Amino acid sequence: MAEKIYVASRKGLLEFGEAKGGWTMTRASFVGEPVSAVLPDARDGTLYAALNLGHFGVKLHRSEDGGKTWNELPAPAYAPEPGDKGNGKDDAKGGPSVSLIWTLVAGGADQPGILWAGTIPGGLFRSADRGESWALVESLWNLPERAQWFGGGYDEPGIHSVCVDPTDSNKLTLGVSCGGVWISADAGESWQLGGTGLRNEYLPPDMAETRVLQDVHRLAQCKAAPNVIWCQHHNGIFRTDDRGINFTEIETARPSAFGFAVAVHPADPKTAWFVPAVKDECRVPVDQRMVVSRTTDGGASFEVFSDGLPEGPSFDLVYRHCLEIDGAGERLAMGSTTGNFWVGEDGGASWTLVSNHLPPIAQVVWGPGN
Amino acid sequence: MARVSFTNNLQRHLSCPTVDVGGDTVRTVLDGVFAANPKLRSYLLDDQGRLRKHVKVFVNDCVVADTAGLSDRVGEADEVFVFQALSGG
Repeated sequence: MAEKIYVASRKGLLEFGEAKGGWTMTRASFVGEPVSAVLPDARDGTLYAALNLGHFGVKLHRSEDGGKTWNELPAPAYAPEPGDKGNGKDDAKGGPSVSLIWTLVAGGADQPGILWAGTIPGGLFRSADRGESWALVESLWNLPERAQWFGGGYDEPGIHSVCVDPTDSNKLTLGVSCGGVWISADAGESWQLGGTGLRNEYLPPDMAETRVLQDVHRLAQCKAAPNVIWCQHHNGIFRTDDRGINFTEIETARPSAFGFAVAVHPADPKTAWFVPAVKDECRVPVDQRMVVSRTTDGGASFEVFSDGLPEGPSFDLVYRHCLEIDGAGERLAMGSTTGNFWVGEDGGASWTLVSNHLPPIAQVVWGPGN
Repeated sequence: MARVSFTNNLQRHLSCPTVDVGGDTVRTVLDGVFAANPKLRSYLLDDQGRLRKHVKVFVNDCVVADTAGLSDRVGEADEVFVFQALSGG
């Protein structure tokens, strides 16, 4: 199968294919529309795209032919709250409404048709029929601790990471910004708050380690060793070896520990990649020099790669869904808010610019078979 | 019956020709529209049935005031216009 990378961007879903001369754009879908998430479902070859039309709300589309044609499906939505229509003037009051599909994730290989959608304002939705219908996971929504979640970058909290354990599809680990790490062992029937060891330096000292307030930017689970999950957190880099219950802070990262994205090698839980930025109040590359960092020893040390990345001043920020490793653990795809899109070879040691004329990028993902 | 017409920007996403619909409030008129065109609902209303923040509905030359309850009155000969705010780049 020819290699493909899908880029969900502010102005369309862009498909890139690899030919002899390198990577080129082979298809653009939903041109002009913001695409917030894309899921190539390796289980059956279906492609899903989540749109955020702004004026007209979030939408979900499905393609059975690799993106040639699309059909609109019902998007995840909260049930209307009877008799509650706000105050008649201010739609911020009243019941919830999905404002963004932040991530679309396939269920396990043994769960054909099951999909997960993490949304803002903080709802996890499940479909059992390939997106034909969606149900809010009420066990999570109704947790009393959810009242403490708060928005990080957006007005409301959101679920951006849904890790499905490849060895047991019932085991889920969620990353919430800002709402910590939540773990289920029973396919979402019940939830346990994880995240011991995470800390938010910006919170009042007595609350820095309050687990439900942690601003997890992204979780990346190792396929071969799913108890290992790497976490790019607002406050730094952390790793768990027990699927999210306890985390160890990695303090050796360079040139900084701040960022949004993380990718983990599919077969080697000690190898992970990051895209460092200055810090929370200055979201640009350190010294305006774009680099990717990699650890191959579980975080004891880091290498810093810049070959093929901009040498001059760079303001690229790589969002949480914009760094992804392929199935072999050899090549990475990376896209930035500045509309630059790269492919990294040799485990991220060298990078090739595919395009620097794209819209702001929300997600990159390798096509089926990767 | 009220006459309901839609911004051309909606036509990019789905078909929504001008229609004549019965009803005496914005809510009942729109419900009549959605009965024949169910996909249109989520484009105009949020999960709670409120008008989306950047969608504007006019009854003749008056912008709808009750964006949550949609209780504004609509008469037999009224025209209802569905627009969206312009923004972004």
